[in-house]
This record gives sequence, structure tokens and C-alpha cells, in this order.
Amino acid sequence: MPLELEDPRVIEFDVRTDEMLVNMGPQHPSTHGVLRLVLRTDGEVVSEVEPHIGYLHRCAEKIGENLTPRQWVPYTDRMDYLAGMNMNLGWSLCVEKLLDHQLSEKALHLRVIIAEMGRIASHLVGMGAYGLDLGSFSPFLYAFREREKILDLFEEACGARLTYSYITPGGCTADLPSGWLQRCADFLDQFEPIIQEYHALLTTNAIFIKRTAGIGVMSPEMAIQYGCTGPVLRGSGVDYDLRRDGEARYTEMYDGYAFEVISEQNGHYPKDHDYPAVPKDAVLGDCWHRFYVRMLEVVQSVDLVRQAIDRYSTASGDYGVPIKLTTKLPKGEAYLETEAPRGQMGFYLVSDGNAIPWRVRARSSSFCNLSVTADLCRGCLIADIPAVVGSLDVVMGEIDR
Amino acid sequence: MTGTSFVSRLQQKFGDQITGSNLEAVDPWIEVAPESIAEVCQFLRDDEELAFDLLNCITAVDYFIADPKKAAKAGWEPHIDVVYHMSSVSKKHSLVVKVRLPRWKDGVEGQLPEVPTVSQVWRTADWHEREVFDLSGVCFTGHPDLRRILCPEDWVGYPLRKDYEMPLEYHGIRGR
Repeated sequence: MPLELEDPRVIEFDVRTDEMLVNMGPQHPSTHGVLRLVLRTDGEVVSEVEPHIGYLHRCAEKIGENLTPRQWVPYTDRMDYLAGMNMNLGWSLCVEKLLDHQLSEKALHLRVIIAEMGRIASHLVGMGAYGLDLGSFSPFLYAFREREKILDLFEEACGARLTYSYITPGGCTADLPSGWLQRCADFLDQFEPIIQEYHALLTTNAIFIKRTAGIGVMSPEMAIQYGCTGPVLRGSGVDYDLRRDGEARYTEMYDGYAFEVISEQNGHYPKDHDYPAVPKDAVLGDCWHRFYVRMLEVVQSVDLVRQAIDRYSTASGDYGVPIKLTTKLPKGEAYLETEAPRGQMGFYLVSDGNAIPWRVRARSSSFCNLSVTADLCRGCLIADIPAVVGSLDVVMGEIDR
Repeated sequence: MTGTSFVSRLQQKFGDQITGSNLEAVDPWIEVAPESIAEVCQFLRDDEELAFDLLNCITAVDYFIADPKKAAKAGWEPHIDVVYHMSSVSKKHSLVVKVRLPRWKDGVEGQLPEVPTVSQVWRTADWHEREVFDLSGVCFTGHPDLRRILCPEDWVGYPLRKDYEMPLEYHGIRGR
């Protein structure tokens, strides 16, 4: 006998088909590591996103309280493992700031070469993985092909391909091998025309534009309010880059270099003359703009490395002698932020006068960039979640530390 | 604007709520009484000349030495500093604000020290305060959603405290 209900609507209330909790991650490929998102969905529309982090927490700050600053350098590598060089640089500068250690001109130019090459490698992964998030596999291979050549150059310089520990407080662990500059210059000459391929594959791709233009729009006020930095902030049209606006200790590296901050001003990007125009659907601050800022920063970095190679070959001084492991740190504290590929990476060092710091702290750029997801994804479609999170280009190692 | 003018401006506005400053340090800092941190931060952000619109970082530093002989030589009483690093995108200057808290509220072990939240001033503070709560054990009163962020929700203790001891066992996983 069929079940009869007095009021057929009861069953509908009971089943509650209107809202559903969907768990994304922590092993979802499009979350760039072990990020878990809990979505509250109403059909295809997401009404609430809650990021859960901490799956990659490795107590880096606590470990830092038991090691000397030079010994902690390898731990900074493992934070943002896609831009190890830039992380080494941030920590080294922070330690040098507390020690008031001055580097020779040559060492500064060497750091510019290495940091900007690191930025290119990191943005290539960001770009390739973003294509992967949106279901386009081939750009990833094209990006990794070129990144591999940068890693080969890094391997020649320091022996490692991912966790370099090359830049260290006091300078670098070694000078560049002979012929390296020439090989680096050759790579740039070969790489620059290839950027057009990436634009053809992604930037101007009709499907890519449909997936990213007008999605996840972030106003400049919102970006600053959430502490978003780097390409995420500049993608919203804010003209702010620590390489120009940062502390003197960091900006002196870039003194005399010709470069412009990549952000849209009055509807134009610097250096956009021979690169694709902004599609008409794109709104300032959307996923497409964040992606485009990264692409233009690659061009910018190529230009900076070329300038740095010229300066390095004529500069005086040595490549910088690393400080001794047992160097006592002066009593006091120092905080310094650098412009890492993913945003402003800050290190904070408190010392009580021993060789081992009293407290170290890493201010992660991805951590702040990710905190905006809950606001950014409210009301968008489930399929747009990877597009929005991917455009923030987060690295979980850096968020969880 | 330089450190001296920040201090004089804040002292003019908040008087004795500005409890100290060190302008000779590598990064000049200003110390604020815990109860007025939220108002001071609101002022720092909204004032047109100061305009600290970007909160870079919130950190807690635990000052505690277990060995009483060494502690006597340290030159400070045990306490926790909460450090706010902020900067201005438009004015391109930066500032460090500190708040000094007892290690435990009213000296009772297990009672977290309290400081008002600044998450209504900067949204960045939301996650940063959760992290400080999680790792250093500082309670931010008025925070909309104060729970652990990096450690599991059932974790016991505050790992970045100097007297923290690693648990022997967590859900059947050996700790040491």
C-alpha cells in the first residue's frame, strides 16, 4: 500500500533540496595544494564559501626560535616552494636590516638577477596552473618547458632545483659560475618571443576570456581592506609595488633600474603596446586582469634581468660573504617586506642578543590573498570557484607555514 | 611623516593612552594601552594625514623564561606583546604599534589575556587574529569568529608560547 501523507509538502521540507553543503578539497587538484573549501550551494549558485587551512602547517616559526638565521634559510624555501629565491631574499634582507649589514653593489645586482628570474619561474607556474584550473591542459606544458630552463640555470648557480637556499644573510652562498650570464641572456632572448604563444593560448583565447572576464571582481578598496598585495592588488588598479614604494633597504636594489609598476592607469597598462588589448568583457579587478598583470610582470622581469646582467658585469665588489653561523644578533627587532611574486612577503625578527632569534614571524602574502575568497565567491557559480581561487595564485606552503 | 610626528599627533588625540614609544629602534614603535587599541587603530586608518589603510601583520611575542635565574637577568617581567605592523598605500609610510598584555588574565593560568579586536578596522585582522589566538593564546574580544585556524580545532595549548610542551600523543599519533 502506497504511503499517504496528509500534506504532500511535508516531504519537501524534510528533504530540503534547496541548500547543500559541498566539500571541495583538500585533495582537489584545482585548489593548488591542500586547501579545503566548504561551499554552501543553492543549486549551482554558491551562497557561502569557507576556506579551511592548516593542512600543511609545519611549525616554521617555532623552529625558527631554535635555529640561527642562516640555518632557517632552508625553511623559507619551503614556504613558497615555487619562488624559493624570493623567500630567501626576504629573510636575508630582514636579518641584514637588524645587523645593519651593507652589501656591495655587485651583490645587489646579483640579487636582482636571481629574484627576477625567480619571479618569471613562479609566474609561469601560476599561469600554467591557472590554465589547468580552467580545463586547458596545454599551456601548462608550454609554461613548464620554459620554467625548466630557468631551473637548469638555478641548478648551475646553487645546485638545487626547487629549494635553493642561495641568497643568504650577508650575500649569496656562491658566485655565479663562468658563462652563466651569457646562458641567462641567451635564455631571455629565446624566451621573450614565446610569451606571444602564451597570449595566444590563454590571454586572447575566447573560452578563457569567457571563464575569467567579469568573474570575481574586486574593488581596490576591498583589496586593501583585506590586505591583498602583489598582482592581486595591482589587478584591481592600485599603483603599488614594493620594488618602488618599499623600504630603502629593499628599493636600493632597484635604484637606477628603468621599470614601471604594472597596474592599469586610465585604462592603459604600461608596456601594453605590443601585447593583446583588454577584452571588452573584462572589468578592472576581475580574474582576467589579475592574470594579465602576471603576464606583463613576466615581460617586466625579463627587462629587469637584462639591465641587471649589464650592471652586474661592470659592478665592483664581491658577491657577498655570508655571515657566520654564530654571529650574535643585536638586541632589537626588525620587520621587512619584499615584493615576492605572490605579494608582499614580510619577515619579522625579534632578538634578545643571542645568535638564535627570540621570535621569528613570516607574514604570508597568500594568507591575506586567500582570506578574500569568502567575500569574492559569494553568489558566483560552483564552476567559477576554481577560476576565482586560481586567479589569486595561492601557494599553500606559504599560507600554512 | 616621521616617527616623532606620529607620536605627537597620537598623544594630542589620546593622551596617556599612548603608554610608550621607542623612536631610535630599527623600526620605531609606539605602545598603546590594550583597552584603547581599537580606537587608536580606527583613528590611524581614518585620519587623512596618517591614512594607514593596509594592515601588514599582527604578531604576538611571548616574553617568558622558565629558568628563574635566567629570568632575573632578562630585565623584563613575563608578558606578551601584540605587535601590529601597518602601512599606507597612498602615503607610503609605515608604523609599528605594540600592546603589552599579561601572559594570563588576572594571573590565572589558562585564562587567556584579552585585547579588543581590530577586525572591524581592517578585514586582514580577522585571519591574523585567529592565527595569533591559535598559536600564541591571546583572546581578541569582539572578534566575529575566534577559533583555531592552523591547528586542528581540538588541539590543546598554544604552540608559540615559550612554555609550550609538545603533546605526547594526538589521536593515536605519537608526538615525541
